[in-house]
Amino acid sequence: MKTDLSPRMKTALYGLMCVLLIPFVFPTWWMITSSVKPISDIFAFPPDLWPRRFDFSTYAQVFELQPFARQYWNSAYIAALVTAGTMVISSMAGYAFARIKFPFSNAIFMVVLLGLLIPSEVTIVPLFQIFLGWGMINTHWPLILVPIFGAPSVFATFVMRQFFIALPNELEEAARVDGLGRFKIFWTIALPLAKPALGAVAIFTFLHSWNLYLEPIVFLSSTQMFTLPQALTHFTDAYGGAMWNIQLAAATMTAVPVLLVFIVAQKQFVEGLAHTGLKG
Amino acid sequence: MSQPLQAPQKPPFWTIARRDAAAGYIFIAPQLIGIITFVLVPLGLVFWYSLHEWNVLAASFNFVGAANYQMLLADPNLPSVLLASAIFSAGLVILNMTLALLLAVLLDQKLKGIVVFRTLFFSPVVVSLVAWTIVWSFLLQNNGGINGLLSTLGIEGPNWLRTPTTAMISVVVVQVFKNVGLNMILFLAALQGVPKELYEAARVDGAGAFKQFRRITLPLISPTILLTSIITIVGSLQVFAQIAVLTQGGPGMTTTVLVYYLYQQAFQFHFFGYGSTLSILLFVIVAVLTFVQWQLRKRIVFYEN
Repeated sequence: MKTDLSPRMKTALYGLMCVLLIPFVFPTWWMITSSVKPISDIFAFPPDLWPRRFDFSTYAQVFELQPFARQYWNSAYIAALVTAGTMVISSMAGYAFARIKFPFSNAIFMVVLLGLLIPSEVTIVPLFQIFLGWGMINTHWPLILVPIFGAPSVFATFVMRQFFIALPNELEEAARVDGLGRFKIFWTIALPLAKPALGAVAIFTFLHSWNLYLEPIVFLSSTQMFTLPQALTHFTDAYGGAMWNIQLAAATMTAVPVLLVFIVAQKQFVEGLAHTGLKG
Repeated sequence: MSQPLQAPQKPPFWTIARRDAAAGYIFIAPQLIGIITFVLVPLGLVFWYSLHEWNVLAASFNFVGAANYQMLLADPNLPSVLLASAIFSAGLVILNMTLALLLAVLLDQKLKGIVVFRTLFFSPVVVSLVAWTIVWSFLLQNNGGINGLLSTLGIEGPNWLRTPTTAMISVVVVQVFKNVGLNMILFLAALQGVPKELYEAARVDGAGAFKQFRRITLPLISPTILLTSIITIVGSLQVFAQIAVLTQGGPGMTTTVLVYYLYQQAFQFHFFGYGSTLSILLFVIVAVLTFVQWQLRKRIVFYEN
C-alpha cells in the first residue's frame, strides 16, 4: 500500500481530504464565529464566514442568563472525579482479572462483562428509583457513582485487563520471589507500566462524563446543579426559541478548552486510544 | 495476616495462594459490588417494574403481569419507533464504517502533513456532544448556514429538521461526523499492523491495489471491523442527546428512536411501568445483536492473534 505516490496522485489525495474535512471542521468554525455575531447578523444572507460585526456581549450574557460558572464547575469536577475513580477501580479490577489466580475469577469476569450488554439507558428507571430512595435526586451522586462503579467502567476494566494480560510476567515474578505483596507489586511495578492504557482510559472516561446528557436531565432539576450539556440547551427566550448566539457562545466555551488540550496532546490522545487493548 | 511464629509445625493459614485469592477479591470488590448495585439489581428491578401498572403522578403501583407486554405489542407507535431505530442504526453503522475505512486508508498514505489531517478528522470526537449537536441544529435551520450556502449556489435546500426524510438523514450524518474519528483511528492502527511483506508478495504475483485491499487488507483487519461494528451498533441504540436537541423525535415520530421513546414514556408521561417494559425491549435488542455479531465472528473473521 505504502508506495511512493506520483505528484498528480498526491494532489488528488490532498484535494479529496480537504473536501472531506469540511463537515468535520466547518461546524466548529461556524460555532466560534457565530458566537461573536450580533443576533441581527446570525442568519445573514449570504452567510458570513467571518463576522462583519463583532458582539462579544454574548459571552457576558451567558453568565447572566444562567449560573454558567457554577455549571462549568459542576461538569469539570464530576468529570475529574469520575475519571480518577474509574482509573482506580478499573486498573485494580483489570489487574486482578488478568494476573491473580482466585476461585471463580472467570465467572466473575463474565458477570462484570454483562455491564457491556446493559447500557445505563436500560436501567435508567430503576436507577432513578434507587437514587430517589437514597435521597440523591437533584444531587451529583448518580452522575458520579454510576459511571465509576456501574456499566460505563466495565469497558475501562476490559481495556486494563487486556493490557495487563499482555504484560510480560518476569518483572512480577522477580518481585514475588523477593516476597513483595500483591498491593506492592500492583502499585510499584504493574501500574507504572500501564501508563498508556491508563491514559486511554482517562481520555474516554473524561469524554463520556463530559458528554453525559440523558442522566443529568433525568436526575437534576435545578439550574444550580446542571452540568454543561444540560445548561447548553437551556438558553431559550420566553417563547422557548433558541437564543442562538448566546447558546453558541456557551457551546464555544464548553468545546474549545477540551479541543485545545486535544490539539496540544493529540499524539498521546490518538495513539493512546488506538494502541490500547482495543484490538480484538 | 501475622505469621503463626509459635507453632511452626502447623502450616500457616495465609499461604501464598490464599493471600493471592484474598488480594484478588479485594481488587475486584469495588467493581463487582458496583455492577451488582448499579447494573444487576436495576436489571432485576426493571423487569419487576415491567410487570406493574405504575403511574408516578397518580402514585399507582399495581401488579398486572404481562399486561404491559401486551400493551407493547399493541402499541400503535411501536412499529414506527422500531423502524426509526433500525433506520438510524443501519444508516449510522454503514456510513460510519465506510467513511472510517476510507479515511483510514487515506491517512495511511505516505503524505506530508498527514498528522494535521488526522488531528482535524478526529477533532469532533473531543468536541462536547451537545455543543456539536447545537451547532448542527443551527446550521440545519431553514434559514441556517447550510441552506444559506446552498442558495448562494442557486440551490434551494429543504427544511432539514422539519421534513421526515431529511430529519432522519440529518441525525445520522451529525452523529457520523461526530464519532467517525474514533473508528478511523482504530482502523488506521489495524492497517498499520498489516505486515508489509504481504503486499510485496502480492505485487510480485501481479495483484492490483483493489485486489490487495480485498484479499489482504480486509481479511487481516476483520477482527477490528467486527469489534468496532459491535461498539458502533450498541452505541447507535443509545443515541439520545442528538435526537433531543435536533428533532425532539419529530417531525411526527419519524426520528423517535427507542431510547427517546422510553425517555418520553417514563420521564415525560411518568409511565414507569411501561417505560420499564420498553427498557426490557431495548435490553433484548442489544443482547440479541451482540450475540449475533459474536457468532458471526467465527464466520467472517479470518485472522486473530
